[in-house]
Order: sequence, then C-alpha cells, then structure tokens
Amino acid sequence: MLRRARRFLEFPFLPEVVAILTAFLLGLLVLFFTGYPPLRAFSALFRGAFGSRNAFGQTLTQATPILFTSLSFLLSFRAGIFNIGIEGQLLMGAFVAALLGTMIRSLPLPLHLPLALLGGGLGGALWALIPALIKTYLGAHEVITTMMMSYIASYLTSYFVNYPFKAPGWVAQTNPVQPTALLPRILPPTQLSLAFPLALVFSVLVFYFLFRTYLGFQVRAVGLNPEVAENRGISVASRQILAFLLSGFVAGIGGAGEVLGVHGKFVDGFSPGYGWDGIAVSLVGRLHPLGCILASLLFGMLRAGGMTMARVTKVPLDLSLIIQALVILLIAAPRLIRIFILRKRGL
Amino acid sequence: MGILSLSLFQAMLRMSMPVLFAALGGMFCERAGVVNIGLEGIMLNSAFFAVLATFLSGSPWIGFLSGVLSGVGLGVVIAILTVKYSGNQIVVGTGINVFGLGFSAFMCQKIWGSRGASGSVAGLPLLRVPYLEQVLGENTILIYVAFALIILSHLFLFHTPWGLRLRAVGENPQAADTAGVNVHRYKMVFVTLGSGITGLGGVFLSLAHLSFFAWGMTSGRGFMGLAAMIFGKWTPLGCFLASLLFGFTDALQMRVQALGILPSQIILLFPYVVTILVLSGFVGKALPPSDYKPYEKR
Amino acid sequence: MAFALQVRGLTKSFPGVLANDHIDLDVEEGEIHGILGENGAGKSVLMSVIYGLYRPDEGKILVRGQEVAIGSPSQAIRCGIGMVHQNLTLVPQLRVFENIILGQEPRRGIFLERQKARRRIEELLHQTGLSIDLNARVRDLPIGLQQRVEILKMLYRGASILIFDEPTTVLTPQEVDQLITYLLALKKQGKTIIFISHKLREVFALCDRVTVLRRGKKVGTCAIKEATPESLAEMMVGRRVLFELPRGRKPAEEVVFSVEGVSTLPEKGKALREVSFRVHRYEILGIAGVEGNGQTELAETIVGLRRVRQGKLVLNGEDITYLSVKERIKRGLAHIPEDRHRRGAILDFTVMENLMLGFEDEPPLRRGLLTLHFPTLQEFASSLIREFEIATPGGDTLVRTLSGGNQQKVVLARELSHPVSVLLACQPTRGLDVAATEYLHRKLLELKNQGKAVVLISADLDEIRALSDRVLVLYEGRIIGELSPESDEYQFGLLMGGKSLAS
Repeated sequence: MLRRARRFLEFPFLPEVVAILTAFLLGLLVLFFTGYPPLRAFSALFRGAFGSRNAFGQTLTQATPILFTSLSFLLSFRAGIFNIGIEGQLLMGAFVAALLGTMIRSLPLPLHLPLALLGGGLGGALWALIPALIKTYLGAHEVITTMMMSYIASYLTSYFVNYPFKAPGWVAQTNPVQPTALLPRILPPTQLSLAFPLALVFSVLVFYFLFRTYLGFQVRAVGLNPEVAENRGISVASRQILAFLLSGFVAGIGGAGEVLGVHGKFVDGFSPGYGWDGIAVSLVGRLHPLGCILASLLFGMLRAGGMTMARVTKVPLDLSLIIQALVILLIAAPRLIRIFILRKRGL
Repeated sequence: MGILSLSLFQAMLRMSMPVLFAALGGMFCERAGVVNIGLEGIMLNSAFFAVLATFLSGSPWIGFLSGVLSGVGLGVVIAILTVKYSGNQIVVGTGINVFGLGFSAFMCQKIWGSRGASGSVAGLPLLRVPYLEQVLGENTILIYVAFALIILSHLFLFHTPWGLRLRAVGENPQAADTAGVNVHRYKMVFVTLGSGITGLGGVFLSLAHLSFFAWGMTSGRGFMGLAAMIFGKWTPLGCFLASLLFGFTDALQMRVQALGILPSQIILLFPYVVTILVLSGFVGKALPPSDYKPYEKR
Repeated sequence: MAFALQVRGLTKSFPGVLANDHIDLDVEEGEIHGILGENGAGKSVLMSVIYGLYRPDEGKILVRGQEVAIGSPSQAIRCGIGMVHQNLTLVPQLRVFENIILGQEPRRGIFLERQKARRRIEELLHQTGLSIDLNARVRDLPIGLQQRVEILKMLYRGASILIFDEPTTVLTPQEVDQLITYLLALKKQGKTIIFISHKLREVFALCDRVTVLRRGKKVGTCAIKEATPESLAEMMVGRRVLFELPRGRKPAEEVVFSVEGVSTLPEKGKALREVSFRVHRYEILGIAGVEGNGQTELAETIVGLRRVRQGKLVLNGEDITYLSVKERIKRGLAHIPEDRHRRGAILDFTVMENLMLGFEDEPPLRRGLLTLHFPTLQEFASSLIREFEIATPGGDTLVRTLSGGNQQKVVLARELSHPVSVLLACQPTRGLDVAATEYLHRKLLELKNQGKAVVLISADLDEIRALSDRVLVLYEGRIIGELSPESDEYQFGLLMGGKSLAS
C-alpha cells in the first residue's frame, strides 16, 4: 500500500501538469487573438477563484458536482465502459431528488435528507441501467447510447419542469425543496454546502471500493482484460452492469447535491455541462479517486473564476470549456506530452 | 394527401442531410480504422465557421468553403492525435466535441454578443434544377453534393485501387503494410477527408437549413450519423438509407410540433429514442471494420 | 559464386533485448537457404529487417552485390524480395484476387481493372501449377490455401527472393509435404528461397545450406550434406538436447475427468461434434491437431465458457456440465489458457493481483463482506513466487514487465495454487524460450506423477509426443482417432488431415 502510494507520487503528474499549463497557454493565445486582454482576464479568473474567502467557497462549490461526475466516469472507465452520458444521469438524479424534496412533507431532516439524496442516486443509477442492459443484451456500444440517453434526460426533465411539475411563475423550475431536505450550508454566505465533504467521502469510498474490496478488484480485472476475468470465473456482464449502476449512482448523487445544496429546486438547464467536466477531470486525475480530488479543484476554479472573469472583462464563460477541451486532447495522447517533455529536457 | 406525402418526403430528404454527411464522414474514418466520436463537434464547429465567414465576406460560398476547411482542420488534429501519437480515439473524439461546443459559443458571443445565436447571414442560394426540383423540392447545391458524394464514395471504395487499399487498411493494417501500402498516410488522409465531409453537415445546418448559427445547433446529429453509419454497415448506400430514417423522424417530429398536439420537449425526444432503437434492435451483431486500436509499426 | 542476398553486421535491439547481434548472412542465387534456431533466436527479427518491417540499428543489406536501403516493405518488394509471414497477413474480408493485387493494382484511368488482374493471376497459376478460386473470400479458406494466396501475392509482385517465416507451424504434415514440393518447383524456376524453421526434418528435406542462429547471434552456416540432425540441434541449443523425457509411471485405471459425447453450437467458432474422452490419474492425454479444428472451442467448453448442447462433462464422478466457471475451478479444474497475453494474465495487473485472480471473493483472501485482506494476500503471493521460482522484483511488479517464461509461471502458479485434480494446458509453451519450455514440461510431468490428470492441447506435435501417454487427434471439431505417442509421423499426418485410419 505504502509503496504503491509512493509510486503514485514519485513521478508526480508531470504529463498532466504540462498538459494543463499548455492548455492555459493556448487559452491565453485564444484571448489574445480575439482581442480580449489576456492577462487581465486571467488575473480576474484567479481572483474569482482564490481572491477571497467567498471566492474560494465558490471554487469548492463548483468543484463539488465535478468531483462527483469525475468519480462517476472513473467507475465506468475502470470497468472498461465509456459512460459519456453522465450529464443525463446527473439530471435524472437531480430531478428525482427535487421531487422527493418537494413532494414529501413533514418528515424529519435526518430521514428526509438522506432519502432525497438516495433517491437522487437511484435516479441516476436507473438511467445508467438502460444503456447497461442494452449493451449487455443487445450489443449496442455505450458511447452512442449513453449520449442519446443524455439528450433524452435533458428534454425529459425540461418537459417535467415546464409542464407537470412547474412552479408558478415565469421560470421553468420546480417548487422549492422542503427545508428538511436541504443540505446545510457550511460557509455562508457562499453556496458551499455539505455536498462538498460528501463528495470527499465518496472519493474515499470509491478508492476503497476499487482497491480494497474484491468487487472493485473484479471490476478492474474486467476493465483491463475481460477474457482473463472470464476464464477465472468472473462474470464480465454482471460486473460491467454493477460499474454502470455505481457510475450512475454517483452521478445522480452529484445532481442531488446541486438541487439540495445549491439551488434548492430543480431549475431547467442548471448544469453547464458538469458531465463533460467529469470526463476531463477523471483523465487529468489519472483515473484515480485521489487524483480526481485535485483535478476537480482545478476545474472548479476554472468555473468559479470564469464567472468573475466574464463579469469583469466580458470574456465569455465558454473559455473554460475551450481550456477543458484542450486538456482532454493533450492528455488523450500521452506520447505527445512525453515527447514534448523529453525535448524540453534536451534528451 | 398526395401533396402532403410528397412534402413529407422532401422534408425527410432535407433533414437527412446533416446525418448523411456525418455518416459518410464517419464511414471514411472507420474505413481507415479510426472511430470518430468527434463528428458532433466537427459539425458544430463547421456550422459556426460557415456563418462567420459568410458574415465577414458577405458570400455564402466563402462560408461554404470555410465550413469544410474547418472540418478538415479538426480532422488533422484528430488524425495527428490518434494516428501519429496513438491517442485513445474515444477520448480524442470527446475532446473535439467539448471543443466544438465551447469554441463556437465563445466566438459567437465575441462577435454577436450572444452565445445563444448569431445574427442572420445570407444563406446558400437555391439551385434551380428543372424536373428534379419537383420531386426533391427546392434545395441548395448541398443536396446534389450529397448525391454526388454517395456515388463517388461508392465508386471509390469498391472500384478503385485506392479504395481497395483503404478497405485493407481498416480491416487489417498489418496486411496492408506488408503489401506495401503506407498505412499511416492512408489513415491521416482519410480521417482528415472524413472530417471535411462531416463539416458539410454543419454547413448544411447553418447556411441551408437555417441562415444563422445557434448554440449547440447540431443537437446530437453527429452521434446519429455514427448510428446511421453502423446501421448502414459502413457502405455509402447503406449510410444514405439509414440517414433517411433519421430524416424521417426529424421531419415527422416537425410536423407533429407544428400541429401543437404534444409539448415540444417530448417530440424532440423522437430522434434520440430512434437512435437507441436502431442501435439495439436492428444491428446488434454488426461488426465494425476494425478494432479501433492504433496501428503500431514497431 | 553469385549471391542473391547478403547481410553484413546486422544489429537490431529492442528495449532490454538484443535480438540480432552483428549477423552476417550469404544467400546464393537459386538456393534454398535454411535459417534454423529456437524460439527467440532472432530469426523472425532478422527477416523482418530484411523485409523493411524493422529498421536495423547497424549493418547493411546487399541484393545481388548492390547495397540497398530497405525502409519499408514496398522498398523490399522493389528489390525483388517477398515474404510469407508466420501469421498470414491477408485481409480476411477481401477476395483472393483482391488480396493478391493489393498495393499493385492494375488500373485503367482511376478504376481497378478486375479482368486484367484476374488474367495476370491466372497466368501465374498456370506457370506454377498452383490452383485456387480467385473469387473466394479469404476468411472462408483453410490455412493451407491462405498460404497459397500469400505465395501468389509474392510472385505477382515479381519477387525473386522469397522468404518463408516458419510456414509449416500451422499446416498438417501432408500440407507440409505439398508445400515442400512447391518450394522445390519454385527453386527449379530459378527463385531464391530463404526458409525459416526450427524443425530439423523440414530443413533436411528442403535446404541446400543452412545458417543457425542462437540468442541473436549467428552460430554458423553449413551445407546440408555435411550436417547431421544431432550436429544442427547442438548448434541450435548449444548443448546436448534431451529428445526423450522420462515419462514416469503408467496411468492408473481411475478416471478423473471425462467428456461424454459433447456437442456444441458453432457460435463464434467451430462446433464440437460428439467429442468423448477420459483422462485417468497419472496420465497426460495429448490432443493433437492442426490449429482451428476446435481446440479453442474444446478448451472453452471444458472451462465453462461455452454452452454444451448435448452430452456431459464429468469431474471426479460429478456431472459438471451446467456448473459455472467458478464452480468448476472450486472442484479442482485448473487451466493454462492458450494465449497468455489475451486469456492468461492481465498484463497491467501486478504479479500479486494476477495470482489472486479468481480467489479474491472467498476467505481467506476476503475478510468481512467485501474487503480484501492484504497481509494474507501478500503472504499468499510471496509463497507462490518462491515455490514457482518466478523471477520478479516483488509481488507488486506489473506482469507486463516480466519475461514470457515468468509470465507463464505466474499463470501456472495461480492455477496450481488450489487443490487440483485435472489440469487443462493449452499451447503451454508457445513463444517460450528453451529453459522456460523445459521448466513447464517438467512441471506437467511432475503433476502427472503426483497422480493428477493432465489434458495437453498443443499444435506442436513434438511436444505432444514427448509428454503424452495417449494422443487424440482433433479434426473439424471431432475426435478422429487415437494414437500412441510412438506411432509414426505419417499416421499422425493422416489423422490431422482428416483421413481416419479405418477407411
């Protein structure tokens, strides 16, 4: 265990750091060429992320759903599944949590809150179960089906909050969640809630599951080499379905955390693409739960700082999406980075 | 009723275009042994650049060209990352999708001050073709480009030496290599070409179907293209027929929406549900031409 | 003396391996030149360099006295060099003639000229006396015919120096004889042939001269007339070879494992048809046959990965036909899969993780509901590493970084780490070096002499005959006959080619 931890830290994220720095550099160039003041924009970004106690709270708030979605992606990827429909699972989880939070009345907090959270997780898991079953029994590749399920989730929840569950008023959203189902805020006046420590707990749980339990071991074996796993009596289909369910569950909890911790209701289109963030964060975090914590802080910073940046310098928020895409692309080809590093060292 | 069905047919044909371009583009990539998940991002990016170039130059033809070239540009990126540096094809494709979404929205806001939609620009003019027009409906040049592409890619794949080599590269790169075919060059060229063709789908959306750019306007058609390609068994004619199915659901959905009998959100679900059904019902056992692993020449 | 091909000081290394170490080679015009050596001696690498698949670190290649730079197969083809690879390099989905013309297609304008291509190939067929259906899809052809397509591919490109990289491993003895006839005919037409093999019989039947390689170095070249099997074998291995292994005691009467009239469906492979056999205590039962005749399917059926349509499997008197893979392992079935990298070990798992694979969900490795118990795991791993002499820095080394022999030891250790009554060993020594092969053979015999039953499936007839007490031959999914290991090669050949002895 210790030796493994040391190995994990020994060559500390050099390719990842290079990828991130390069992505930021390219982001600067984009700003420069589109006529925005790059340095002012970036300083606003950093101020918005770390400049004050509130800014930092905002960063952690933004990091929370991203940490959940990155854990979700990680769980599927370790089983050899490419679940890119996390966005949809997050939305369904959020919606179920909102329903349970608004509809159930007069239940004490110690019961109501866990129930709403759990409901969110199950909502996400159920949404992931559909592509899982399709993959197992009908053989359709999950990359397309999970993506389609995401679109369906987004239209479906939009329908729900526009019609049957719409709160009175102009905005497409549900009624507010009962106070007994709200996640307590831990750093007022920011929106940081108990969802953040909960996400940290989930990171540890995912780590424990993958590396300390026999089921996690089997999931990893299936992900690395299904044929060997099968030869050793591990059921590939059941372990992949399990991973899909867990992946959806964690995504759903992430969605529930947003509803119960930040917004207090389900607002149509509340997720700016947390599902996509999760993929990038997972990759940057080397598909390791502890790496995901660090990487999600980075992306939370991008989101939180990005908002300040957009307000102060009018730089569109989408810059953070661009940087994120660049990080994914640069990390996708490890050999590219490795060559880059070697050249820099003059080797 | 006759007129209704003819106009439905024409709408189906029109709406199948973006999916068809994506399917054909994706087909060339897969024939070269690269699965291109990034079709969506390529299309979106091309849709944006087509509008941008039209806006700047005043000519939709320049826009047309820019749309294709921006597809080619992203194709080069994908080719370099997946072929030259053996990057994970699905991860690279995902990166391209995120990029397409972010970059187009960023630039749209920069230029038109709104990330939701651009201003209106001149669309591609309608091409007057006597007789044909009465069957196919009023169309821009793109629909004829599409037909030409179907025929040309069929001839190319199955009747030219280079098509034979391309098929060999996708099926068994080792065999192609030992037969003296430059596998890497074929992969690079055809991933790039396929991405360029996919770009045409974006041009269709922003300069023929509409005449402006809207945030995320491809709404999953790149993924539908992938599904159509699989359903069409990686052949140009198959891609065409499968795309018609998607065009049909899209056209039908518009009809129903116009009637106002169902909320739009529910109707908009149709194509996605159909995609899943197509993938899981009809083609459960379709075998892709390659195993999507980067070819390593030791 | 005119040389068709000369190699001077050729060196090629891969990370951690010096595959070719300053090799010189002279191949005379019009001769059949044998390249002999054990697995891993560097034969294939040498030929791959000559054919432009690898770039040499050092050294040069001369074709008919001219130094040439061969950076790619197409340059090799231009120099008149053609190669038939060990693993055939055909595109299975394409037709025979498409495979032959691939890369050098006749065309009119931009279009393929199919008729012309066919005519040219038919001419070739006429000249060489080969025959084949040009429109068949390659995936539908048996291996022997696929090899013929490869030969035609070379001739179509006008190759005059033909390299054959272990062409006989996948053929029946009869197909081998046929190939030898073709090769002699090609020689008569003036072609120069380089024939790579590790089988002495073929080298003696075919070659004029032979060059022996050992561990990446050239040992020497000699005319075949001056060589004896013993002298070549010694050059190859470097010391006296034990052709005979002590078999140990005779099989007992007691049946450990039996397959009774088992048939399967042809899903993703060959169907098994009424396969029956019994394995006894103290017995190694060899299953011979040309690859692709149902060996993989038989193994998968025994392990529990394939559904049995008819018949049953009985282990220690218990019907295990419908038991899961896991239950069979628990009842004492061990399995060395045929392809170590794909089915045997997980390369990106550590040695320990590979050793515990399949035992992780039960005590003592599991403690409590879900948790793995690491102290027990480490103890378990290190005792196996010691017992099976696995050369690894430790239990947490990735299996990917081990040598092939040690990877196979990891698989073997895992399979034998629980009470075993029958071991199914599939191609257990493929790709291993001499020492590792010997270790594995000793282990199999040791197991037998402990009273276990062993089913040995191998394409290597020598291996089967050296180890087995009885041999069954598998052909087209059926057991076509039984032989004793002492039967002569001709009889094996007949059975492997599908001609049962009775008829």
